[in-house]
Amino acid sequence: MPLEAYLTLAAIVFCIGMFGVITRRNTIGILLGIELMLNAVNINLVAFARYHGDVTGMVFTVFTICITVTEAALGLAIVILLFRIRRTVMADHLDLLKG
Amino acid sequence: MTLDVLAFWVLAVVLVGSALAVVLSKNLFHAVLWLALALTGTAGIFLILEAEFLAAVQLLLYAGGIVTIMVFAIVVTERLVGESISQTNRRIAAGALVVAVLAGTIVTTIWRQPLTAAAAAQTGDVTRDIGQAVMTRYVLPFELLALLMLAGLMGAIYFARPDD
Repeated sequence: MPLEAYLTLAAIVFCIGMFGVITRRNTIGILLGIELMLNAVNINLVAFARYHGDVTGMVFTVFTICITVTEAALGLAIVILLFRIRRTVMADHLDLLKG
Repeated sequence: MTLDVLAFWVLAVVLVGSALAVVLSKNLFHAVLWLALALTGTAGIFLILEAEFLAAVQLLLYAGGIVTIMVFAIVVTERLVGESISQTNRRIAAGALVVAVLAGTIVTTIWRQPLTAAAAAQTGDVTRDIGQAVMTRYVLPFELLALLMLAGLMGAIYFARPDD
């Protein structure tokens, strides 16, 4: 397969994830969309690393996977904290900072 | 049609289909399970790209770890009493338009001029190369990553502490 095929696949998955981030009301749903977007970026990194014969992209993929896991743990901790305070995880009900 | 091309198309269909299911399914619990399928499909893509180590890491950390804590978070926060509240906001049409334009722009840019056609020849063991790169050239980012994960996980524990 040409490199473009992988990049196109990653772009489509990225955009689907972005659609989820834009349209979901549930905070956990938004986090799912972010996971999809980061996942698409990983496909890009690995494809470039493979087609250029350079291992750097794969090292960065390991880094992004670790950062994503941390982000998911922190994000879900925040969601649970929000639920404890407001009894809801719908993003449009979380308007504490709205003036 | 070689085996590589066939595997790519099958995985691409699985990946795009499950990604759509993640963002469109009404039940958030099902969305998480579709996400697990999408992440497994990505691991398959990594296998086609001959990055076996990354495929294993992807399965262990993403499909294993993240999906598990997502399920926990849903169980803790969802009121599972069967109330049917809308999972999407009123911006679906606008969101679809923005995303379609973005996808079109990226894809046309990718196909405008040919990139490297053939994969570079695979020399040696990729897993060993990754390990050597992490421990020599990228040792500073690696240590910073360890610090970041420690700080992040301590923060998560602090946030989720029991009420006192």
